[in-house]
Amino acid sequence: MNGAAAQARLRDPQALPRATALLVAVVVLWPMLVLAEFKPWALFEAGNLRVMSDFLAGFLPPVTSIEFLGLLSKATLQTLAIATAGITLALLLALPLTFVMTEALSISRIGPGRGRGMGRVVRGAARLLLLLLRAIPEVVWALVLVRALGLGPGAGVLAIAITYGGMLGKVYAEILESSDTRPARALLEAGSGRINALLYGLLPGAAQELASYTVYRWECAVRASVVMGFVGAGGLGQLMDQSMKMLNGGEASTILLTFLLLVLLADFLSASLRRLLA
Amino acid sequence: MSLQLAQLGLVHPNGQRALQRVSLSLAAGGRLAVIGPSGAGKTSLLRLAAAALRPSEGSIGALGASPWQLSARSLKRWRARVGLIHQAPPIPPRLRVVTAVLAGRLGAWSLQRGLASLVAPADIAGARAVLAQLDLADRLFERCDRLSGGQLQRVGIARVLYQRPELLLADEPVSALDPALADLALSQLVAQSERSGATLVASLHAVDLALKWFPRIVGMRAGEVVFDAATASVTPQMLHELYATEGSMLPTQGVAPQLLAPEAHLVPLPHSVCR
Repeated sequence: MNGAAAQARLRDPQALPRATALLVAVVVLWPMLVLAEFKPWALFEAGNLRVMSDFLAGFLPPVTSIEFLGLLSKATLQTLAIATAGITLALLLALPLTFVMTEALSISRIGPGRGRGMGRVVRGAARLLLLLLRAIPEVVWALVLVRALGLGPGAGVLAIAITYGGMLGKVYAEILESSDTRPARALLEAGSGRINALLYGLLPGAAQELASYTVYRWECAVRASVVMGFVGAGGLGQLMDQSMKMLNGGEASTILLTFLLLVLLADFLSASLRRLLA
Repeated sequence: MSLQLAQLGLVHPNGQRALQRVSLSLAAGGRLAVIGPSGAGKTSLLRLAAAALRPSEGSIGALGASPWQLSARSLKRWRARVGLIHQAPPIPPRLRVVTAVLAGRLGAWSLQRGLASLVAPADIAGARAVLAQLDLADRLFERCDRLSGGQLQRVGIARVLYQRPELLLADEPVSALDPALADLALSQLVAQSERSGATLVASLHAVDLALKWFPRIVGMRAGEVVFDAATASVTPQMLHELYATEGSMLPTQGVAPQLLAPEAHLVPLPHSVCR
């Protein structure tokens, strides 16, 4: 009897919950795959393979005429400008909301003290605002804004600012929360203000993560500005749209190569920023 | 009274009780050491005194106010007058030593001064002076992640010395220091208290250090005060009973073992001898 009790104690108490979680994950995932019509084998059916390879063959060779390269470089610059301006505006939107929302910078949570309810309400409101900003995809914003501002990059910039402001704010707050929050708390406990607690306590530990996430978002903004180009918001996307409509695969592949270079550039930028902040 | 704790109790959110019926009072400029086995509630006691935690029962008065009765603005000002040295220094590794020390006075500084000091340190001489007290002046512009554990702990002490609080609380401030440096650090804490008239409460793991540097000893075990006595009247038997659960050995730093011999008179050495 004693032996049985000892056996029971040796069993990991986490074993059952973990097995249950795994089971639940499978039960939830299966209908999702069915709903999403996940049938990868369809890719390899003879007819589909031929259609795809014909389509891709049209992409070769890439177009390298001077005239097209001129157009391309102008569009590339425009795309970079859209992404950069959009991210900058998004930052202006996200930073104050992050500052409001980060629990690690709440003075009233210490204790808890006075004004805790109010703090919760304000943080909740900031969270809700960020959610509203990012809930609507940037393409939808672009479609709406193109109607208001007319065709061109202005709509793309605003669309990125709105959606990415929401994403940056949420993720910044999460990065700050998941870094070591004890330094900031210790400063608040010694009477420091919230802004200085952020700068002396939280940022030194989180700057690297924040910078690389921002650059990654800039990279996403480059891609997003391309998608928005399809709905008339300028840049590489608009050029790609025209090439595809004219069934000019060579031009499309040149544009795709340009994307590749842009992503490489973002990667390089991110790596050097991280090294700078290390 | 500079510090008055009445019937304090603390229950953590997970239901675990950390403190029970703890009462203490200490006059302005007074000094006392809290000792006891690990898990006795020493850290909780200090965090309550610093208004970093709110008691579940009882009341706290310090520096002429009950912190939890104050308005948010007054509480912030009150906190700037209380300094807590944490056992694990709460300093981001990427900060430079000078910035980490100057951060001690963020509570007293304006926002603008704090911001400007990030660009160009506001008081290099002041930071250097407190670091020099702890034999660390040559590390002024080093980054904190280049320091050893003991050096970082001294930076944490320097920050609070630089803060110049009226109530100086220290949670195991010398746990990572070798005997000589531990002795130096405690001498500096006591000196600061003498110079500025600050009330000093320190929790210490090393019993000999507590007996050497403090005129009053509070022994804690399992969240309760077991004894609260002038150092002269603390007997080896009281100490051995306090640490009964940790075996027969008393935790010491090897600074003043003669104080712990069973027949010794537990009279603290006069400060002139100590320094």
